[in-house]
Order: sequence, then C-alpha cells, then structure tokens
Amino acid sequence: MSTFHLLFLLSILFSPTLAFRSDELLIDDEEFGLEGGVQAQPLSPDLVNTRSSPPPATTTKTTRKKYSDTDSDSKIQFLLEHAFGDSEFSSAGTFTARLKTWNHGGQTLTKLRFSRNAFTDLEKEKFQNLLKGDDFYKIRLPSNVLSPPGREYIISSVKARCLPREGLDEHFVIHMEGGNILAVNYGTPGACSHPRQLKLPAKWSFNSHTVLKNSEQAPRAPVFSEDLLGGETGEGEAVKPPERSFWAKYWMYLIPLGLIVMNAITQAMNMAEEPAGGQPSQQGTAVQRGPAAVRRR
Amino acid sequence: MGNGMIRFFLVLLLFLSSAEYIFSLYEDQVGLMDWHQRYVGKVKHAVFHTQKTGRKRVAVSTEENVVALLDLRHGEIIWRHVLGANDAVDAVDIALGKYVITLSSEGSILRAWSLPDGQMVWGSFLQGSNLSKSLLSLPVNLKANKGNVILVFSKGCLHAVSSIDGEVLWEKDLSAESIEVQQIIRPLGSDMIYAVGFVGSSQFDAYQINAKNGELVKHKSADFPDGFYGDLLLVSSDILVSLDATRTSLVTIDFQKGEIIFKKTHVSDIVDESFGTAVLLPSELSGMFAVRFNTLLVFIKVTIEGKLEVVDKITNAAAVSDALSFSEGQQAFALVEHVDRKILLTMKLVHDWNSDLLKESIAMDLQRGMVQKVFINTYIRTDRSQGFRALIVMEDHSLLLLQQGEIVWSREEGLASVIDVTTSELPVEKKGILVVKVEQSLFEWLKGHVLKLKGTLMLAGPEDIAAIQGMRLKSSEKSKMTRDHNGFWKLLIVLTKAGKLYALHTGDGRVVWSLLLPSLRESGSCKRPTGLSVYQWQVPHHHAMDENPSVLVVGRCRPNWDAPVALSFVDTYTGKELKSMGLIHSCAQVIPLPFTDSTEQRLHLLIDAEKHAHLYPRTSEAIGILQHEFSNIYWYSVEADNGIIRGHVLTSNCIGMVDEYCFTSRELWSIVFPSESEKIIATATRKLNEVVHTQAKAIADQDVMYKYISKNLLFVATSAPKASGEFGMAQPEESCLVVYLIDTVTGRILHRMTHHGSQGPVHAVLSENWVVYHYFNLRAHRYEMSVMEIYDQSWVDNKDVWKLVVGKHNLTSPISLYSRPAVVTKSQSYFFTHSVKAIAVTSTAKGITSKQLLIGTIGDQVLALDKRYLDPRRSLDPTQAEKEEGIIPLTDSLPIIPQSYVTHALNVEGLRGIVTLPAKLESTTLVFAYGVDIFFTRIAPSRTYDSLTEDFSYALLLLTIVALIAAIFVTWIMSERKELQEKWT
Repeated sequence: MSTFHLLFLLSILFSPTLAFRSDELLIDDEEFGLEGGVQAQPLSPDLVNTRSSPPPATTTKTTRKKYSDTDSDSKIQFLLEHAFGDSEFSSAGTFTARLKTWNHGGQTLTKLRFSRNAFTDLEKEKFQNLLKGDDFYKIRLPSNVLSPPGREYIISSVKARCLPREGLDEHFVIHMEGGNILAVNYGTPGACSHPRQLKLPAKWSFNSHTVLKNSEQAPRAPVFSEDLLGGETGEGEAVKPPERSFWAKYWMYLIPLGLIVMNAITQAMNMAEEPAGGQPSQQGTAVQRGPAAVRRR
Repeated sequence: MGNGMIRFFLVLLLFLSSAEYIFSLYEDQVGLMDWHQRYVGKVKHAVFHTQKTGRKRVAVSTEENVVALLDLRHGEIIWRHVLGANDAVDAVDIALGKYVITLSSEGSILRAWSLPDGQMVWGSFLQGSNLSKSLLSLPVNLKANKGNVILVFSKGCLHAVSSIDGEVLWEKDLSAESIEVQQIIRPLGSDMIYAVGFVGSSQFDAYQINAKNGELVKHKSADFPDGFYGDLLLVSSDILVSLDATRTSLVTIDFQKGEIIFKKTHVSDIVDESFGTAVLLPSELSGMFAVRFNTLLVFIKVTIEGKLEVVDKITNAAAVSDALSFSEGQQAFALVEHVDRKILLTMKLVHDWNSDLLKESIAMDLQRGMVQKVFINTYIRTDRSQGFRALIVMEDHSLLLLQQGEIVWSREEGLASVIDVTTSELPVEKKGILVVKVEQSLFEWLKGHVLKLKGTLMLAGPEDIAAIQGMRLKSSEKSKMTRDHNGFWKLLIVLTKAGKLYALHTGDGRVVWSLLLPSLRESGSCKRPTGLSVYQWQVPHHHAMDENPSVLVVGRCRPNWDAPVALSFVDTYTGKELKSMGLIHSCAQVIPLPFTDSTEQRLHLLIDAEKHAHLYPRTSEAIGILQHEFSNIYWYSVEADNGIIRGHVLTSNCIGMVDEYCFTSRELWSIVFPSESEKIIATATRKLNEVVHTQAKAIADQDVMYKYISKNLLFVATSAPKASGEFGMAQPEESCLVVYLIDTVTGRILHRMTHHGSQGPVHAVLSENWVVYHYFNLRAHRYEMSVMEIYDQSWVDNKDVWKLVVGKHNLTSPISLYSRPAVVTKSQSYFFTHSVKAIAVTSTAKGITSKQLLIGTIGDQVLALDKRYLDPRRSLDPTQAEKEEGIIPLTDSLPIIPQSYVTHALNVEGLRGIVTLPAKLESTTLVFAYGVDIFFTRIAPSRTYDSLTEDFSYALLLLTIVALIAAIFVTWIMSERKELQEKWT
C-alpha cells in the first residue's frame, strides 16, 4: 500500500516533466498505450487487451494518474460493427478513448479501450457458417471518430477460419491521423496457416488486442557540412583505399622479377661451372649419364 | 614467337579494358546496339517557306506541342523545339521571311524562332485577364516603326507586336465588353482592323480599330435573335458566314457597310435534300465556303450581292485545304477524296470551279486511314508552269508529302504518341538454309574478320575504318526476323494515340508491320475511341509452339472511364487482327491473371464500372481454370479523386444476367484518406513479370536478411491537397508527403511514413522488396530520392543450421497473408539534382544481375543509377565487412556520373515513359524509352559477365591460338635438337 502511495507521489512529482515530454513524442505509436488491460504485454507496450466474455469491459478502475495534462481532453466513443459474409453490419463492440487536443491544434487519441460484445446465439451460428464456408468475417469502423461515420466506413475483413484458437483471437491495428481513421488492419495476432483447417473455438469469447498507430517520421537526408563533403559530386569523395603493404601492391612485378633473378643465377652458376674445369664437370656429366644409360637398356 | 605473346597480351589488355568501361560507351559504339528515332507528332498547322531559291522548308506545329522546321525534300527535321506539356501551340506563321512566329499557352506566349537554325530570337508574354480564343494574324504590309506588325488576340485583349523584337506596340483590352472575338480582319491596304465576334449567343459585334495606335474608331453591334452556333468564317473581306443556333440555317453577315446586315438562308433552300446538321469547315476559301453534312461536302459560293449559291456537292471528300494565292491574284485550293484504295488530290481554282489545275490519284496504304488535313504549296516546274505539292496528315498521324502524283516522303508521326508497349518474341529459325547463302555469307564473314583484324592491329586506313564502322552498324544479324540466341531481337508492339499498332524490330527500329485497329476507329457507335493498353494475350511455349503469339489491345469508346470497351486480338507475326469485340460493358481495370489455358492464352479479368469482373477468353476451359482458383483472386481499386483504396474479391456469377463469364465482387477492405489532409498523388506496384532470384540477402557479419517479397505490394504516396499542385502553392509547414506500403489482399498497411515539408510530384518504382521514390523537399529546396526496403522477420529463426538439417524449418510451408506479418522497414533519403519525368528499374531474365534505376531526367535523357547508391544501409563509415559487401559510404546526394547516361549524347524529347525488358542473356536488359522520340538500347547493369562483347575478334583469338601452337611446335623441335646436341657433346 505504501509503495502505491509512493508511486502516486512520485508520479505527481514528475508530472510536469512528463506533460512536457508528451509534446514531442507525437509521432510515436500511441504512447500512453497500456491502460487498464487485463494482461500487460511486456513486448508491445502499445497493446490494449480486453477480454470480452464475462463482463464485457474488464477494464479495471486502477487507472494510474500518469500525468496531469495541460491540454484539453475529452472522452469519445465509436462503434465497431461486424458482418458475416455478405450480411448487414451490426454492432459488435465499442471503442472508448480520450481525445487529446494539443496546444498546437493537433488531436490524438489516447487510452484506447475496447469492449467487445459477446456473440449472441444467432451470431454464433452465423460465424459457424462462415467457418464452414471459409468465408470472410468483416468489420468496419467510422473513418472519423469525431463525427462518425465521417466520409465513409473503413472496412477490413479476414477469413473467419483464421480467428479461432483457444477462444477467438483478434488483433486490430488502427491507423490514425488526427481524428481520422485511415485504415484498420484486422486479423489474427499470430499466424494463419495456409490450408485453413476448420476448427471451432472452444470458448466463444474474444481475446482482443488493439494497436493504435500514427505515422512515423521519415529519416531526413543526411546533411553534411561542406568540408566533409569535399566537393559537389558524390564521385569525388570516394574514400581512399587503405594503404596496402608493399608486397600486396607489387607482387605481380616481384614474382616474375624473382623468377628472372633465379633463372639468371642458375644460368650464371652453370656458366661459372662450365669453364671452371673439365674434371668436376666431366664427372657430373658422367653421373648424369649413368641413369640415362640405364634407362636406355 | 615474341610477337605472338605480345599480341596475346594485347588481346588480354583489350578485353580487360573493355570490361572496365562497359558501363559507358565508346564513340564508335554509338548506334551499335541502340537506335533513336526523332518525331514531331501529329501536325496541327503547317506553313511553307519556299519563296527563296535555297532550301525548301515547312514549319509545323503539332499536337505534341512541338514547333519544328522540316526539310521539304526529304522530310528531315532541320530543328525542333518541344514546348512544355501545358504550352500548347495555338498558331504558327512565318514573319519577315526569317522568323517562325508561334503563339502558345492559350495565347499568352508569343515567340519568334530564327528560321535557319531554330534559335529563339525573342519571346513576349502577353497579358490578359480572361480566357478566350487565341488568334494570330500577320497582315501583309502593315508597317510600324519597327518592321511588320503582328496582331494577336488572346485573353480578351488585342495586341500589336513588333516582329523585329517582340515589343508590344499597343494593346486594346476588349475583355470588359465580354466579346468573344472570332476573327481579326484587315482589309487589304487599309489601316483599319476589324475585330468581330459574338457577345453572348445572339449578339454580333464589330470593332473598328486603328492599326497604327490601337484606338477604337467605331463600334457596331447588332442582335440576331436566332442565335449563333460555332465559329465565324470569313468568306470575303466584308462578309462573314456562321450557322444559326439550330444548325439548320446559314447566316451571312455584312459588317463593313453602315450597318450590320444579317441574311439567313435555310439550308434546305439551297441544298435540295436535308442531311442532318451542318458543320462549317474552317478552310478559308475566298469567296466560298464548305459545309459538311455527315458524308456530304457542299461548296457554297457567296455572290457579290450576298446570295448563296451551291457550286458542287462531293460525297466522299476527306479534307479541304485553305486557299492559296499564286500568280496574278489567282487562288487555288486542294480537295482530297478517297476512291477505293487510292486518294484523289484535286487542285481547283476558286473562281473557276469547272477547270482542275491538277488531278492526281495516289495509291495509299490502307493502314494510314483517312486524310485529315491537307496543306498546299506552289512551285515553278522546270517548264516554267505552276506546280503544286501537298502535305497531308493521315488518320494514323503520319505526315506525307505528295508531288507529281507520288509520295515523296512520309513520316510515321504516330510513333510520337506512344500509349503502351509490350513485346513479342520473333519466330524460331527454321532449319535448312540454302548452301549458296552460307558460302556467300562465309566469304563475307571472312572478309569482315580480316577487316576487323586490320582494325585491331591498327593497319587499317581511313576507308577501312569507315567500312568497319558501317559493317558494325548494319550487320545483317541485327535485322534478322528470327529469334536469336541471346534474346536481343524482339518485336516491340507499340500502341499509339491514333489507335494504330506498330511492331518495331528491336535490332534496328524499323516498322515490321502496322495496323490501324478497326475497333479503335471512329464509327457511329464509338465517337471518340482511345486506346488504353496492350497485353500479351498468347505467348506460345512448349505445347502450343505452332501458334503465333498474339496481343490484346484494350480501348474505350469515349475518354470517360465508364464508356464501353473495345477489345481486339492481333497476331504479332502477321499483324492481322484475329478478332475484335465491341462490348457492352465498360472497363475500369484489366487484370492479367497468372493462368493460361491449353493454347497458352492468358486469362484476363476486365473489371467494369459496376465492379463486375468479366473473364476472357470466353471459353469453358477458362472458366474451369478460374473456378479452381476462384477464392484466391483479389484485386484493388484506387479512387484517386476520392482518396479511397478498396480491396475486392470475387464472389459468384452475376445475378440477373445469362452471361456465365461475368462475376460479381465484394468489397473486402478499404482505406479512406482524410480528404482535408491527404490526396493520392502516386501509386506503384511491382511488375507482374518480375523475377526475383533469391529471397535471402547475405549481409556483412555473415548474417542473412530475408526480403519481404510479395506480388501484392502497393506503394501509395499522398500529399496535402494544397501541396499537390505546383510548387509555391504551399508553405513547408503545411505540406507533407505520406508514403504507404499496402498489402493489397488484406488491406494491411505494412508501413507508413511522413516526410514533413515535402511535396510531389512523386515518381516511384517498386521492385523486389524495395521502393524508390522521388519528390521535392520544400525545406531544403531540393529534390530528394528515398528508398524504403522491407524485410521479413518471420524467417529469422531459420538461421539455425541444425533446424535446416533436421528439417524443422518453415521454408517450404505456404505463406498466408492473413497471418500477422512481422516486417521491418529500412529507409533513407538522398538529395538528387534533377527533377524526374519517369523512373524505371532494369529487369533481367533470372533476376540475378544487380539492379539499376533508369531515371528519365528533365533534360529528356535516361540516367542509369546503381541501386547500391540507394541502399538504406549505407553509413558514413562502413566497416570492412560492409565494404566487402558493396556498401558505399553515405553521402547526402546521389552522384550523377556523366558516362552513365544510357542515352549518351541523344535526347528522347518529351520523354514520357521507360520500359525495360529482360533479354535471354541474364546480364542484359533491353530499354525502350518513349516520348516524342523513341529510343532503344540494351544495357548490362553488372557488365556483360556472361558473354563476349559483340566486337570481340574471334579471328584474332584464332590467330593467337595458331601462333601459340606453332610456337609450341617450334620450341619443341628446338629443344629436341638442343637435347640431341647436348647428348652428342
């Protein structure tokens, strides 16, 4: 209990700096991601997990007061709708989030929570039909969360057979731009092996993961100062190859040279031997002839 | 022997040096494997310049916004200028006998070009407020202080411009009167100008203006309650002709007398039968005019009393020229008629209808279609009589000069407006060539090699060198009509704006056949047909070897996208149309499927405006193949205006239709870009026929990265709506460019990235696992090119060798795009000096050869840039291992190496597109660039590592081998002798 208090105090203490920092982390994926989820995913902090079955929203009340924000903040809600194959869309769940309006006018969604409605019996039946027919399970979201449905609904679909696992695992990646939803990628959090097997879920409850994504900033072209560049064209600045050893540079000249020298030496030795005297050389030839004579036989 | 060795080394050296610089060309290699054809486009207007005894020339302006001067003797281009894409030429004329005057950009730019060399002498920007018709008139003998005066009416303003320096002498703003000026008239010898036109639809106004200073002298106005339709035509110096609003009556207007007098004559009063609506032909025939009723052409004369008289009726007339005055004030004009397979050119005197000055009939290729325009010119024959020549523009946009009943020259100007390109292989060579031919060619071959040998040994004289060069340029190999071993010779099947299909030989660029597609010609049901694209329909292979390959040409009846589609199938060997279909459904998209039937016909899906898919070919076999893959066919559509991308899948047969080849679709996903902040400006996909050699990429430190290779990758670039126009419309703060990589099956955004302070135009190319795109950085005031590479992380755990050995890897398991992808992207931006017109990437047969980007620069050249320069892993200081891998140290801008221009010294004027095709030889890519000009070459991005160069001297090699063998024998004998001698001593 005391640790909790301490944490709380600490968070209050650091709140100004945190609030300040939030300003420039705009480009990041949903920074205040995890908020009241059931299971914290240590790997991806931007995940929002909800388990829909027993009470729809299992979001606990232990919302940490992480920051006290100076920017205005309002709560909004938007609807997730689903369709089975070609059927009409019907409500499937609700997203709740906080809309942050920044000082500079930008808006972002934070603290996204999702509460999934459990399947009714009719829906279960429809879903089973989809599974049998290997058909598409379709969802849609409004393209603008402030004035839904905005210009048009954002649709995404997945082969129904990809979802069942233990329960029904689903994974949303919502691409946002201010108050607009650009796209939602809906599917299974893991793999969906290709020959899709018919498999009924053991539990008719959804295990939802949600990721909110904003655009990343592209890396800028590197800017070098003039002296580093050393000229306008890229050609000129090719880095000089490292100094190689003498041998590495001139081996192609050295080897023939060595051969010539050796050749010259042997020749010189022969020349020196020949005039040096009859006997030793005679002997030498005699010795040489020996085996030759043997061979002749 | 020593000589032989030296020669051998020489050969080696030569070989090495050629390997070193294969990137660029030697001067004598120009034209060896490339060809270039220069065009001007479809001629809109032509002015002859033949008064002087010197060169006979004609100045033309074309629909490709080209101003050019052509030589009348051979039809060569003396000079030409390609004006910008939105700088269309409105009028062209010749002033002072030495300037070509052009009025362009909706009458706002007046330029004078020097006639002999095409240099711009002066240019004037004419101010004006509202849009109007642009008129250019060069009155004879209207002198001002400085030379002759040029009268220009544009943008609601009448300008008088000096022809010497382009200075605006005076201007008279008529925009306040809201008059739509139709004609500028200056009666001969007077100092008055009349500007006549309509106010609204039923009021005729005439302004009399002093030509010296632009003062308004008189303004007359009169109402014509029936209203006018179309243009005013000047018949004589004081009488104008127009049509009334119902197009059933002709109205003559006499405006120079005290009052404006209208005289209305019902068409049926002068022409016995009524043939529907009338159209005034814009030809200026003094004292006469021509009216067209469907197929009938009626010449009507205006008598001095202002009465209309029918002179003649001609049924199959094609075109009428303007009247041309020649000796003693006589005036003549040309009339072209089609009779059977010939065209009939008649020159008639304006004032004496019954006598023909000239009557010639000329055989004409049917594939040129109808005559659309005719321009005439006179000359003095050798017997001092008057001769006429005519320049005619045909339906296929070709330009021909007719003289003495013959076609003097012709230019295939249709090739200046290429829409789409595909290729076809040439037929396989048949066995059994005649012996005589071989012997002859053997002799030629020997002679050639002797010459080459002389050249190599530097023994050849200048004539020999010329002969060698000539031989290389037109080697008979190049124009062979059979398939070659290296796959260099193909047929380029080119679709042009005129609806004509050309087959060009890649060896020398000649037209093998051409076909004016009947399905893309104007007809009753199809008013303004346009060609869209060409697809390879049937590529015979293995079991269907005997069939000729064919292509599918898709066209539309009207430019709008919901217009009915027209298909035709053309045999690429014979150039004959196999069959054609005029269809009821529209065509928004054509999807070539990766399936072929038993006769190697490729299955195509045509998506219509209602998102129904139509299957071709219409056979039950095709349906069978499609049914088998039915659930795996996905496609996407981009609604650029709307800012929405949608994904679709096939569902079932169309309901309510008996057509079994029609299928309905269902929307699977959608991406909606916020309309206030993003607008789609560019998309790019992988080429369907691209081959990727390996998915793995070995990087430094003995590691492997796996490329994310998917055929369903789509690159989309959006920009702020404000910044999608021209530069300077948006501040850096309010413009940003967002790029996306989208999987088109699931609609998943694999990567999304924002370039702040940047804007389009974006040119992008997607290949393998990377995309390169070009855009403008407003903050840095420079163009940038970025690369984005996408790698698959799901394969990373395959690195364990033991798993591979035991077989526990997932390398062979099928991949489903419904799995959540684990991808990483790497990206990097570089500055690039040029702005870009087109961008493409080389493609090779097996995808092993490294890639080069082909960039069409603003200077209409094609630059080859190694992909290695656009590597996101480039760093300032690469490690030794990275250097070995070929990573270039990071620079902020991309180098432009002058030797790496593929087009070397040539310009592909008005460059619009670059197409790359793989040759059979892995190292080589064929490149075809088109614009107003067309250019073809072949390049080897990693040098020709798999073949010897074409000019490799086999004879020299043979000689060296012989010399070496001889040397071996000689030395062997010598050593034997020496040994024997030694034994004897």
